[in-house]
Amino acid sequence: MNDELSNPDIPVPDELQSTVTITSLDKIYNWGRRSSIWPMVFGLACCAIEMICTAASRFDIARFGMEVFRATPRQADLMIVSGTVTKKMVPQIVRLFNQMPEPKYVMAMGACASGGGPFKEGYNVVSGIDKFVPVDVYVPGCPPTPQALLHGLMKLQEKIDGQSLKSVRWYGQEASEAVPVPVLGPDLLDPRQHALLAQQAGQMPVNVDIEKDL
Amino acid sequence: MVEKNGTEKEQDFNNPDNEVTSDHIIERFNGDISADTRDGYQGYIVSPDRFHEVAKVFRDELGYDYLSSVTGVDYIDDDHIEVVYHADKIVGGEGINFKVQVNRENPVVPTLVPIYPGADFQEREVFDMYGVHFEGHPNLRRILMWDGFDGYPLRKDWKEAYYEEDVKPFDTRWPGGQVKRSEADSPYGKNVSYPPDFDIDNWSPETDDSLYESLQKTDPKGKSLQTDSIVVNIGPQHPSTHGVFRMVVALDGETITDLQPVMGYLHRNHEKIGERNTFLQNMPYTDRLDYLASMGNNFGYALAVEKLMGVEVPERAQYIRVLMAELTRIANHMWAIGFLLNDLGAFQTPALYAIRARELILDVFEATAGSRMMCNYMRFGGLARDFPSQMRGEDTIKFIDDLVNNRLPQAIDELDHFLTENEIVRSRCIGVGVLSAEKAIAYSTAGPLLRASGVSYDLRRVDSYGIYDRFDFQIPTRSNGDVYDRYLIRVDEMRESAKICQQVMRDIPSEGEIFTGKPQYNFRVPAGESYGRVENPKGELGYYVVSNGKANPYRYHVRAPSFVNLTVLGELCKGHKVADAVVILGSIDIVLGEVDR
Repeated sequence: MNDELSNPDIPVPDELQSTVTITSLDKIYNWGRRSSIWPMVFGLACCAIEMICTAASRFDIARFGMEVFRATPRQADLMIVSGTVTKKMVPQIVRLFNQMPEPKYVMAMGACASGGGPFKEGYNVVSGIDKFVPVDVYVPGCPPTPQALLHGLMKLQEKIDGQSLKSVRWYGQEASEAVPVPVLGPDLLDPRQHALLAQQAGQMPVNVDIEKDL
Repeated sequence: MVEKNGTEKEQDFNNPDNEVTSDHIIERFNGDISADTRDGYQGYIVSPDRFHEVAKVFRDELGYDYLSSVTGVDYIDDDHIEVVYHADKIVGGEGINFKVQVNRENPVVPTLVPIYPGADFQEREVFDMYGVHFEGHPNLRRILMWDGFDGYPLRKDWKEAYYEEDVKPFDTRWPGGQVKRSEADSPYGKNVSYPPDFDIDNWSPETDDSLYESLQKTDPKGKSLQTDSIVVNIGPQHPSTHGVFRMVVALDGETITDLQPVMGYLHRNHEKIGERNTFLQNMPYTDRLDYLASMGNNFGYALAVEKLMGVEVPERAQYIRVLMAELTRIANHMWAIGFLLNDLGAFQTPALYAIRARELILDVFEATAGSRMMCNYMRFGGLARDFPSQMRGEDTIKFIDDLVNNRLPQAIDELDHFLTENEIVRSRCIGVGVLSAEKAIAYSTAGPLLRASGVSYDLRRVDSYGIYDRFDFQIPTRSNGDVYDRYLIRVDEMRESAKICQQVMRDIPSEGEIFTGKPQYNFRVPAGESYGRVENPKGELGYYVVSNGKANPYRYHVRAPSFVNLTVLGELCKGHKVADAVVILGSIDIVLGEVDR
């Protein structure tokens, strides 16, 4: 523990080395968070099976302090989007994300969650969860092996290491905003595109700059 | 609901003189039924007017008492939609298929639910995908897509938002060496499209009110204590639903009065994508149907297309196919048992033991096929590759020998030893979710669900495929049809599978071809229809493939055992406590990739 946390610039007397560590607040705060990321019990498709295998004895996610899978979003830190995001399911996923307390992280596990994957062209498939919620780590693979998922989790730990109490959004002045929940209509409706949709009504599709609306 | 008279059926089989043949039927229904004479097609075409009568005769007089599959095909050039039914005799023997053709503008077909209750969800799927109205269906609403969705996606003239061309490979897939994203073509930057007259400001979403109202509630009359019914949604995000599955449950206290499954949360359009793909491109997609049994899925699809192509599979490849299919069965049942125990409240521990055994099998898959789960291993006419010489620092053959002779049987015994006589397992499982044999057949259930109810129906026997006829194994059955028997049947089946694997390793030729002919990426398949099926761990997995002589399937339908098995879920749960619904669902063993496809 000492090596991981201590600040080499400030020397600790030899006789206190086994009991005392001098470190920064950021470092110990992040160390605590990175070693106890609780994922949500949230399986969508094939990737969920590999996620369960990662949690099982052979790959043993507990080595990273992440074995505490919580069935409720209220107690979870990390949402592993493990599988194909369909239009029928995406309203629920966004609601679950909104229900998670800050600090919260999202991992897109596998090709489907990252960008639609092999099913991208399907009429009921959302091309990647990042169209709706912000993603912290993308894990490639179809499905990613447990090793790949663990690598992704280590990348998330690195990301947490780089955050600072001074700048993180959940201690900021403004409350973080909920993502508007998509609605199921004749096709999936994104409330953020309401104006664009209203303008399109009764018209042939026109070419617009899509970056603006995303 | 079931109107069948069991004794009458038996008489037909015992007196061959009295047996009604299909020729008699054609004569009797003069003009309303005819043989399907198109090139490469079999079966009968029935007119919708007397469809009910004909189906009853098929069931009661010809003995086709088990309706395995219902699906549709849109023959847009002939301007009709065809609804295709496959039926079997539960005692074994050749199956039958019959079709109803209706026009595309106003397709109406009489429902078969009163004759074969197992048609319920499958007819709803045809309605959802093709817009065929099944007259008299008790609950005809969309099943995979949501109410209010625009259009019938599997019709040939319906195009998805990212539509590029009718068939693959697309010209645009690598334009000038640049990556092209489909999002760039959509004004919304997303995979969405709306009808041209859609007016968002004067529109309101569909609600689930009608679904909630359709549930059967308690009748307050005649009860001394006034109670209220409540409706509870279990899922789609719920730890016990084995994926994204939703059960809408009407409760009286803790007792279930009605249960309606809602699915489609993982509907990822296998069939629409499959009809754009080339035949071979579909092979990796089959892995992702029942993703706990990908080798079995490969097997079924390979069989269906091989039937059309008429290719033979070399000897050694046949043995490896059987070995892989049986290892898959053990891996799947391990998982099913582990997670059934999870549902019973033995959280995690039994599952850890089961997963540990499954990992050994996955190692074989990874070494041989290159992937743990998505094996993409079988080809039309053989296999993708042979065993590697070494795996995990050992000789591969030695590793597999040890696995099937020692390690897997030990793992099975271990589970059996810890669980079978366990007091809690017994008290939670015995007598819960009882399914009678008659109901199991009528509701078209398959696999362990059917055999736990005492029906000895296993495609490896009744419609033997591959080289299963060479092996010595039993088809285990149990008689009570409750959750406990469904658990026991899985243990029995794992033992039988291990036995088959041992025989494979004993008899397999040590060398030989594993593929017939030259491997090809794109090839034409002779026109016609084909129904290839295997006994997957969860039941009968069937592929209905129609080819029009081109390089892409004209129709690609998957008869998924998990999906059809769910038809009976509501019936099984009625009268039980809400905690038992979770266990009953676990004992059916569904995988959502296959339920929703």
